[in-house]
Amino acid sequence: MSTWTPSELQRERIAYRRARARRSTLIAVVSSVVLIALVAVGIGSTPGWPRVRATFFDFHRGWEALPIVAQGLWLNIRVMLICAVLIVIFGMTLAIMRTLRGPIFFPLRVFAAAYTDVFRGLPLLLVIFLLGFGVPALQLRGLPNQAVIWGGAALVLTYSSYVAEVFRAGIESVHPSQRAAARSLGLTYRQTLRFVVLPQAVRRVLPPLLNDFVSLQKDSGLIAVLGVIDAIRAAQLETAEDFNFTPYVVAGLLFVALTIPLTRLTDYVARRQGWYGGGGGPV
Amino acid sequence: MSLLSLRGVRKVYGENVVLDGFDLDVDAGECVVLIGASGSGKSTLLRCVNLLETVDDGVVELAGVDITDPRVDADKVRSGIGIVFQSYNLFPHLSVLDNITLAPIRVHGVRRDVARGRALEMLERVGLADKATAKPDELSGGQQQRAAIARAMVNSPQLMLLDEVTSALDPELVGEVLDLLRELKSEGMTMLLCTHEMAFARDVADRVCFLHQGRPLEVGPPAQVLDAPHEPRTQEFLRRIRT
Ligand SMILES: Nc1ncnc2c1ncn2[C@@H]1O[C@H](COP(=O)(O)OP(=O)(O)OP(=O)(O)O)[C@@H](O)[C@H]1O
Ligand SMILES: [Mg+2]
Repeated sequence: MSTWTPSELQRERIAYRRARARRSTLIAVVSSVVLIALVAVGIGSTPGWPRVRATFFDFHRGWEALPIVAQGLWLNIRVMLICAVLIVIFGMTLAIMRTLRGPIFFPLRVFAAAYTDVFRGLPLLLVIFLLGFGVPALQLRGLPNQAVIWGGAALVLTYSSYVAEVFRAGIESVHPSQRAAARSLGLTYRQTLRFVVLPQAVRRVLPPLLNDFVSLQKDSGLIAVLGVIDAIRAAQLETAEDFNFTPYVVAGLLFVALTIPLTRLTDYVARRQGWYGGGGGPV
Repeated sequence: MSLLSLRGVRKVYGENVVLDGFDLDVDAGECVVLIGASGSGKSTLLRCVNLLETVDDGVVELAGVDITDPRVDADKVRSGIGIVFQSYNLFPHLSVLDNITLAPIRVHGVRRDVARGRALEMLERVGLADKATAKPDELSGGQQQRAAIARAMVNSPQLMLLDEVTSALDPELVGEVLDLLRELKSEGMTMLLCTHEMAFARDVADRVCFLHQGRPLEVGPPAQVLDAPHEPRTQEFLRRIRT
C-alpha cells in the first residue's frame, strides 16, 4: 500500500465538487417537481379530463385486466425470443452473402441485396397481413396455418433485413489490414471471416443491434392484427366489453417495462464501447 | 540457389507504377534491407512477396517455386512466410497469446496445449512473458511490435518480411528488437526488411537495396551502398535522410 494521503488542495477540490453535485441534484429535483405539477394542473383543468381519466386511467379496471394482458404478454415474449434467434442467424447469413467475392457468388450477392432493399422498404404491417392472411389462403398442404407462426415469420423476414445491414456495416468497418494480417498467417478466407472479422464486427455493432431488438419487442405487438391473443389483442378484447380503454394503457406499460432492461443494457454496452461522446474506449 | 527470387516484378495502382520490373535475389540465411524514400514501394514489395497483392507482371520464386502462378495455394505459401507489418495489425479482440496461437491451431493443426507452450516460449524470447493475457491495446507500441514479431515467428517460417519494425520504438527498444533480429539471423533465418533507419540497416544487413522509381537502383553490402554509394540518387537520398 502506498502512503499517499490527499493534499490540502486535493481535499478542497473534492469538497468543492461534492458541493456542486449536491446543488445540481437539488436543482434537478426542484425543476422536475415544478414541471410535473404544471403538467398535472394543466391537464387536470381541461374540461374533458374527468372523462379521459375514467376511460383510460381507471385503476380498478386496469387491475382487473392485468392478469389477462400479462398472459398475452407472455406470448409476445416467446415470439420475441424465438424470432430474435432466427433473425440473428438469417441476418448474419444475408450480411455474409453480400460480402462474398468471386463470380460464383454473384447470384447470392444479388439475392441478398435485393432482399434487404425490398424488406427494409416494406411496412412491417403489410408483411404481416400478406403472410398472415395470404399464405393460409393458399391452402397449401403441409404449411402451418396458425396465425402466430406467420406473424412471427413476418417479423423475422423484415427484421432480418435491418439486422443484415447492421452486420454488414460492422463487417465493412473492420480495417482491411486486419484481413491482410490474418491472410498473411495462412488463414483462409473463411477462417479470416470467422476468427478475425466477425468477432470484431459483432462487438462493434452490438449497440445498434440491441436497439433493433428493443423495437422488435414492441413490434411483436403488431401480430395482434392476425387475431393472435398477445398482450395487445387481449387488451382489445377486454376493452370491447365496456369501452374502457384502460387495458390498452396496461398493455402499453407492460411493453415499456419489458423494453427498459434491454434499453439499459444497450446503453451500458454502448457506453463501455465509447459510442457516446469523447474518449474512444476500447473497441 | 537463392531462397527468394524476384524477376521483373511489376505492380501498378491505377496510374501509379510502384514496382517497374524489379529484380532481386535473397539467399537462404541472408538479411536484405530495403531502403528508399517514403512511397518508393518498400511495403508494396513485401506485400507482393507475401501474395497479399497480386503482381501485374513478373515472377516471384520461393525455394524454386513460382508463387505468383495463380494455380498455387496462396494460403499455404503465406503460412510459410512470416510478415510483420508497419502498423503491427494485431487482432484487437484476442489476447496476445491467442494472437500468437491462432495460426498454429487453425492453419497448422497444432494441438492447443502445444501451441500455447510454444507461444509462451516465444513471448519469453521477445520479453513479453508477463503480457500473455493482455489485449493488444493494453500494450505500448514497442510491446505490440514485439508481439507481432512473435506471432510471425511462431510458425517457424522459412522467410521473414519485416516492415519498419523499429519506426515506432524508442532507442532502447530498437536495441532490443535489433538483438532479436540478430539472434534470428544467427539461427539462419532469411529476412527481407525495410527501414528508414540507416544505423539499423548497417547493423543487420548483409546487403542493402536502394529502391528508386520502382527498381533496385543500387544493391550491395552496407559499407558500399550506405557509405560509398555510386549512384547520385542514392547519395542524394542518404544526404537528405542525414540532415
Ligand atoms: N492499396 C493501395 N492502393 C493504391 N495505392 C497504393 C496502395 N498501397 C500503396 N499504394 C501506393 O503505392 C506507393 C508505394 O507505397 P508503399 O506503401 O509501398 O511505400 P513505402 O515505400 O512502404 O513507403 P513508407 O516508407 O512511407 O512506408 C505509394 O505511392 C502509395 O500511395
Ligand atoms: Mg511502408
